[in-house]
Amino acid sequence: MIAFIIRRLLTAVLLLVIISAVTFAIFFLLPRAAGMTTDQLAARFAGKAPDKATLLAIEKRYGFDKPVPVQYYDFMRGVVVGGKYDTGARVIDCPAPCLGYSFRTNEPVLQTVLNRAPVTFSIAAGAAVVWLIAGISIGVLSALRKGTFFDRFSMGTALVGVSLPIFFTGLLSQTFLEFKWGIWSQQDYVSITQDPVQWAHSLVLPWITLAFLYAALYARLTRAGMLDTMTEDYIRTARAKGLPERTVIVRHALRATLTPILTIFGLDLGLLLGGAVLTEKTFSMHGLGALAIDGVVQSDLPVVVGVTMAGALFVVLANLVVDVLYAVVDPRVRLE
Amino acid sequence: MKRQVWAVITVIALVSTGAAACGGGSKKTTGTSSGGSSSAKYNAAVDSVVNASDTKGGTLTFGNSDDFDSTDGGNTYYAYSLNFNRLYERPLTTYAPKTGAAGLQAVPDLAQGLGTPSNGMRTWTFKLRPNLKYEDGTPIKAADVKYAIARTFDRGILGNGPSYFAHLCVDAATYKGPYKDKNINDFKCVDAPDDTTVVIKFKDPFPDMNLLVAFPQTAPVPQAKDTGAQYALHPISSGPYKWQGNFQPKVGGTLVRNTNWDPASDPIRKALPEKIVYKAGMQENEIDQELINGTLDVDIAGTGVKTAARQQILSNAKLKANADDPVAGFHWFLPINTQIVTNVNCRKAMIDGVDRDAMWRAYGGDIGGQLATSIMPPAVAGRQPSNIFPVKAGDTGDQAKAKADLQACNKPNGFSATMIYRSDRDKEKAVAQAVQQSLAKVGIQLSLKGYPSGGYTGSNAGSPDFMKKNNVAIATYGWAADWPTGYGYLEPLTDGAAIVNSGNSNVEMLNDPAINQLWKQVVTVADENQRNAIYNQIDQKVLEQAAIMPNVYAKSLLYRSPKLTNVFFQEQWGMYDYTALGKTQ
Repeated sequence: MIAFIIRRLLTAVLLLVIISAVTFAIFFLLPRAAGMTTDQLAARFAGKAPDKATLLAIEKRYGFDKPVPVQYYDFMRGVVVGGKYDTGARVIDCPAPCLGYSFRTNEPVLQTVLNRAPVTFSIAAGAAVVWLIAGISIGVLSALRKGTFFDRFSMGTALVGVSLPIFFTGLLSQTFLEFKWGIWSQQDYVSITQDPVQWAHSLVLPWITLAFLYAALYARLTRAGMLDTMTEDYIRTARAKGLPERTVIVRHALRATLTPILTIFGLDLGLLLGGAVLTEKTFSMHGLGALAIDGVVQSDLPVVVGVTMAGALFVVLANLVVDVLYAVVDPRVRLE
Repeated sequence: MKRQVWAVITVIALVSTGAAACGGGSKKTTGTSSGGSSSAKYNAAVDSVVNASDTKGGTLTFGNSDDFDSTDGGNTYYAYSLNFNRLYERPLTTYAPKTGAAGLQAVPDLAQGLGTPSNGMRTWTFKLRPNLKYEDGTPIKAADVKYAIARTFDRGILGNGPSYFAHLCVDAATYKGPYKDKNINDFKCVDAPDDTTVVIKFKDPFPDMNLLVAFPQTAPVPQAKDTGAQYALHPISSGPYKWQGNFQPKVGGTLVRNTNWDPASDPIRKALPEKIVYKAGMQENEIDQELINGTLDVDIAGTGVKTAARQQILSNAKLKANADDPVAGFHWFLPINTQIVTNVNCRKAMIDGVDRDAMWRAYGGDIGGQLATSIMPPAVAGRQPSNIFPVKAGDTGDQAKAKADLQACNKPNGFSATMIYRSDRDKEKAVAQAVQQSLAKVGIQLSLKGYPSGGYTGSNAGSPDFMKKNNVAIATYGWAADWPTGYGYLEPLTDGAAIVNSGNSNVEMLNDPAINQLWKQVVTVADENQRNAIYNQIDQKVLEQAAIMPNVYAKSLLYRSPKLTNVFFQEQWGMYDYTALGKTQ
């Protein structure tokens, strides 16, 4: 198992290098292919009606006047050995891994990512707990009560949940619960260490909104998996042996159903940890997703690269955890 | 049967829920949060102070769907940022905290009086108020104002703010800023012969200096505390408030009282709130709804509520009593490219034939804007309306006159060209379509092309090469004055000398010798009224050339929370004056 984990981590490093290169290419080469000049790119970081001298100064400061491979080399050197950042008034050391400084805010990207990550983690983790409990429970019950009102109602609701986009359900819940009916008062996010009650309060609506979509999906998946597993011979054998129904369902049927659920959960959680973009923007939360959107909209390359690499890392780590859990859930699986 | 019963029940439930949701207002409509006060009425804050008070205390909360371009006074250009910046920085002058035209006048701020001109208005001397201190108790000196202006010359580090000093100073061509040239004495534009005297020297006469120094580029910066590009994380306060810890870009920050600010030295600011909270990155609908519900005090952008909230406010008498719809300072006009449409009569045909009513409605009709006559909007001091292209409500264009103009320019069947607009602005797209459709009736065929607003003023409308290469005859555009004089508004738009290769604001490429000469002449005139007469003359001449198609002076539907005190619309900022605001407890 240790060898397996180490191999996966080394693969993750290679993946991050590739992703950073692709991100650089997208940022610089695609606009050029569309006819954008370096001056036009620099103008995005200047004020109203910038003159040529201002554009040249900005190009020099951000390295736009260098070839793209040279800029990429400078970036990777910073990641590996660290670099320096010139604020004009002073030069700051940026220890490795240095992801550079934001073109817009002049803050270190690594620190910004670390500051924003807890918000996204809070949203993703809390929603994950809710959707797993709700989704799997409803899926199991629906499977056991196939064809009943409960089954039809829950699957119908699940279909609605899967179909409605998050920004719609989020805005809807906020508009009615908070603004029109006044039965909920959204609070600003604070860290859990600062005020756990306000932390949770600020996340309830985002959790419910996000979980509604995913719980629906997981309920349908669980139901389908359970229906399939419950027809297996070994389930019939377990019942014939006189095992309590609860044991048959939980220890045998559900356990077998969980394997594909785990796969999808790893992917979903990993992607969410990289930034629950729509949820964060809908509820004005300052996580990695909002940071990514701002970076893209404002052509803030260091932020875009930093968030993309962080997101990729979370996906890889989440899938690694899922793969390890396979061996726990399914004794037939051996990690090689 | 069972299924049908359940289907009916489901439909009834859904309809009931929808009816409950759509009808009626918020349950949070208590008297103080969304009901008007007995003194509040629609547009009350446009020409008077609403809820005048000197009561201190409370926390004032500002929300923003975006963020400041910078909290560093030397690196900011957004109007709301310039307005808000005065809470923690003091430039040499600022704008009078008054309604109407009185708010367009400069008043001394850090300086104890307006500047004294000499050398034919090339040199201006300011005396600072005595015994001023920063937030840490260290004294503010004239050398700090010199340094503040000098650092703005490094456009690579501080490229967001205006570049007037970097262009107009005596050593504009040679000085590179203190980050590259470590000897501040090499900066000849500004002298600080003693701790309270600031002398600014321009190459050419500049009568508007008292207004130019209202930019926070003149707010003092202690050189020892300057962190260059990162100064925005904690600008050192010279005003009544200071940042608590560091400002968090894209997230927000809190301003708390600066105990080293002397109220006796500051006739401008009331500094009533105990604390000011600023939140960035809020969702637009959330800002409007929180304003209405009273959980947010100010939408800092000051450009008005969005469409959904606009309807909600205008259809509710109590909410409408807390709203103002002033003319905000922008003129959304359409420059006509004189290099493509070279004959003045062809350009006149475009202006005479266009459907002004449809263009006005595209901006929201009476709520969104006022039909424009002159190029300069009402927020420019001394501006006069024009009769060259008279317009009234319902004006859908004079096709007969347009056809006569086309005859005069030897194009009786019209001509073809391109029109560009900002593709992510629905109003501009609607304007472009109105122009296209109305001019097609007289034979002027325009093909429309939309471009993202991010690069529009730099690389599309603002690029003479682009305009020529793409045969762009007309473009949607807009302008608000950097300072409220004819020079501050019109010069970048109409002076041939202002044409540049990128970020060009003279989009119509007007290079008229008579107009250029007027620009050279006006800066030598000491009398303000005489200068205003020349500005109006230039405005008229540009219209006679039909180089600019007037459109709409923008209006903003602002909502003022009933909890706010001292609310009034300030003409120069085009929004409420943020330094005056207080809050009831």
